[in-house]
Parts: sequence; structure tokens; C-alpha cells
Amino acid sequence: MNPPGLPVSGAPLLALRGVTKRYANGTVAVQGVDLGIARGGFVSLLGPSGCGKSTLLRMIAGLVPPTAGGIAWEGGRRPSLGFVFQDPTLMPWRTALDNVALPLRLAHVPKAERQERARAMLALVGLAEAAMRYPRELSGGMRMRVSIARALVTEPEVLLLDEPFAALDEITRFRLNNDLLRLWEARRFTAVFVTHSIFESVYLSERVVVMAAHPGRLHADIALEAPAARDEAFRTSPAYAALCRTVSGALEGAMAA
Amino acid sequence: MSAASEGGRGGAWARVLAPLLMGVLALGAWEMAVRHFGVPAYILPGPVDIARTLAADGGSLAASLMVTLRITLLALLIAVVSGVALSVLFSGSRWVEMTFLPYAVMLQVTPVVSIAPLIIIWVDNVQAALLVCAWIVAFFPIVSNTTIGLNSTDRNLLDLYRLLGASRWQTLVHLRLPAALPFFLAGLRVSGGLALIGAIVAEFVAGTGGASSGLAYRILEAGYQLQIPRMFAALALISLSGVAIFLALSLVSHLLLRRWHESALPGER
Repeated sequence: MNPPGLPVSGAPLLALRGVTKRYANGTVAVQGVDLGIARGGFVSLLGPSGCGKSTLLRMIAGLVPPTAGGIAWEGGRRPSLGFVFQDPTLMPWRTALDNVALPLRLAHVPKAERQERARAMLALVGLAEAAMRYPRELSGGMRMRVSIARALVTEPEVLLLDEPFAALDEITRFRLNNDLLRLWEARRFTAVFVTHSIFESVYLSERVVVMAAHPGRLHADIALEAPAARDEAFRTSPAYAALCRTVSGALEGAMAA
Repeated sequence: MSAASEGGRGGAWARVLAPLLMGVLALGAWEMAVRHFGVPAYILPGPVDIARTLAADGGSLAASLMVTLRITLLALLIAVVSGVALSVLFSGSRWVEMTFLPYAVMLQVTPVVSIAPLIIIWVDNVQAALLVCAWIVAFFPIVSNTTIGLNSTDRNLLDLYRLLGASRWQTLVHLRLPAALPFFLAGLRVSGGLALIGAIVAEFVAGTGGASSGLAYRILEAGYQLQIPRMFAALALISLSGVAIFLALSLVSHLLLRRWHESALPGER
């Protein structure tokens, strides 16, 4: 287990220095976070509710300005971002295809091209058949797939996910975990994944950053030495159980801190 | 729709037949009561008498109906355009909303009967005066509903648009207006009926005769001449027009929302 801070190797894609968020009512959501995230990694932010992990993610996305501290991107330029919310956050009046094509449409990509790319992206998340269906006509898991497809359709360098699978049943969640890993292996975007599930964080990520609450701050930074192939066999392996125990111990420490 | 819902919750046929049957029964009871107690036609005519009058005077009444409907629909159209424009302004700036909303409310809560005489004095053209009266009552439900709709857009979707670098115009056209559509349509259905009421009230107050007079004037005229069946015939036409406007707007609403909005989906339970 390493102390919180920057990873040892290379210049990080993203560097947070003393990032603090204080709301107008005096609540400190995030206090002095120093964190570096390397390109192409899969990092989970894990912590109890109220630890400011979602706020931190929103600050990384640029949706919420930090009260103090700085967020610096490699080369001083914010890379293209994809964001997946806790809810699918689809437009109910648009088909799955049009929802996925939205980022391209807002970027004035010609219709034929954006439809083709959105169709390809939908196929990649296993929803080729559902292109013309409306969100209301899709299951919760399918809606979340559409949401992920929309976040990835612009082929972003960074994918930010805010507890995307929290509202899904376990079977669907496992399947979407695998889909997400498959997409990450294929595309190698940098993933920052907010979750309150120890098992999910261990299954998905190369690195788990554990946060403590009141005020939200970093507690531990755990690099996971896991096998390259993460699949259902890994989920039941002793190595997985041992990693979960390590992370669980750190989380308990965070709760006590 | 499943067989269970046909029987249990009332299918499409029951929805039409039940109120129709109720109407026929009520009209029958009315006719029998009028005949049984020998009520004279100048106090309360029976439905048969009214129907006969409607058939005989249909031509002249229909011409007046067209005049009233023209005012109603034109006022509704202007209310939609001005109402939606005002809502977009309101939702674009808290200051604009704070400044103007109280006056919109004031205009709404002041009974149109009480301002109609003033408007008729101020506005030279009678048709234009009627239009203004009908517009005043019709535009508020559209403004208030559409403003609520625009302001209740999903926060996360707004964040997403911001993240994607959408312009204000793109956010309005692709996100906020479609999100407000169900609210707007609910307001529109109320406004359709109100526009008709506004037009009729204004016609009563204006009391203009002549060839281009509306149904309200026909009612006044028939009243002066104690042609009570004709009064009822005109009244029936107004009611039927109100129902027709409501049904037409409900149909528009259903067609626009049927694929995606909860309110327009068949109840599968």
C-alpha cells in the first residue's frame, strides 16, 4: 500500500494539487486532494457516501469549479472527455441511436457520418437491434449501455464514470462490468470510476484510491497486482478475494479516520 | 391492450359508450320532464325542440360559429407564439422572470369581463379587441406551464450538454424545448378552452350586431326576442366547439408524446 499521491512512473495525464471544494453553506466536500492519474489507467475512487468522490469527479470534468487548488492536464490542454452519470440520463424523446449520436450532433458532424458512428458504437455495446427504440422501451441495463455508448462515441481520451452501475441488479452489473473492461481493453481510454462497491473497484481497476468522509479526503492509494485477464474466473479466485480484503481493510481505516 | 384491461379498467369502447349513454339518458329525462310538466318553450325547451331549431337555423348559426372560432383559433395561435417566447425569456433569466411574472399573474387573475369594456374602447377595431380579450385569458396557462417545463429540465442532461460544449441555442432546441413539450401541451389544452371562453365573453361585452357577429351575439339577440330554443341551439354549438377543440388538442398531444412520455403510454398493468 502506498501513501496517497502521485504514481511513481512518468508524467501523469492529470494532476490534482490541493484540490478543495467548499460549498456556500460551509460544508467542505473535498479537502486538499493531491492525486495523479496516468494515461491509459483504470482508477477507482472508492469511499463511503459523503466522501466527496462524485464532487471530485465533477471537478475533474470541469462541471464544478474547485474552491482551492489546481487541476492540471498533461500539456495544459483538457483532453476529450466522456462522462457517464449514475442514471442513464438519456433524452426520452430520442431513440437510442439519436441519444448515442448526440455528442456528434452537437459537434456538427454530418448526419450520415454520425449515424454510422453511433450505430457502430451501439453494436459494440451489444445493442445493434435496439437502435430505433426509445429509452422507455429499454431495460435499465440496456439504458446504461446506451449511456456508455454515448460517452464513448466521440472516442474520448478520458472516460469519467459516476457510480454508473449502482442502480442495477447484480447479474446485470456483472455483465456491464465485463463489457466495460472489454471496451477499455479495446480502446485504452483513461478511466476514472467512482463507486462505493469494494468488489466492483477491485474487479475493474488497476488502482483503487480510497477516500474518507467529513471532510472528503484521500485515505489510501492501492495499486492492484491483478492478472491481465479479468473475467468470471478472476471474480471467484483467491487472488481476487485477497485484493478485496486489502481494499476492505483500507476502507475500514477510512471509516475510522 | 390486453383483454384484462378491456374488461377491468374500461377499454376504448367503454370510454366512448359510457358517457354517450349517460348523455342520451339525461336528454331523454329532460325531454320527458318538459313534456310531462308542460314547461313552455320560452322557459325551457326540450332537446327535440332545440334540435329542430338547430336544423332550421343551422345556416345562420354556423356562420356566427365560424366568426367565433376564427377569433378563438387566432387568439390561441398568438397565445402559443407569445407564450412560448415569453417562457424562453423567463427561463433564460431569473431577473426577467422576477420582473414580469407578477404582471402576467395580474393579467390572469383580473376577470376578462371586467377589462373587456376598456379594451373595446381602446382598440378601434372590434375584431382586434375580441382577439386581445381571448389572447389575455389563453396565454397564461401556456406561459406558466412552459416556464415550469423549461426550468425542470434534467440537471444531469444540462451538465452533459455543458460538458459537450453545446451552445445556448443548441441546449434550447435539442434539450430544453423538447423537455418542456409535455408541460406546454398540458397548458395548451387548458388554453384552447379558455380562448373560446375569452372570445365569447368579449363578444357579449362588445355586443356587436351585423353580418360578422359571433355566437355570443346570437345568444343575446335570441334572448331579447325570447327565442329560447335558438339560445339553446347556439349554446349547444359553443359547447360542442369547446369539446372539439379539447379533443383536437388532446389528439395533437397524444401524437407528439406517444412514443416517449408517461402520460401518453397505454396503461399496461
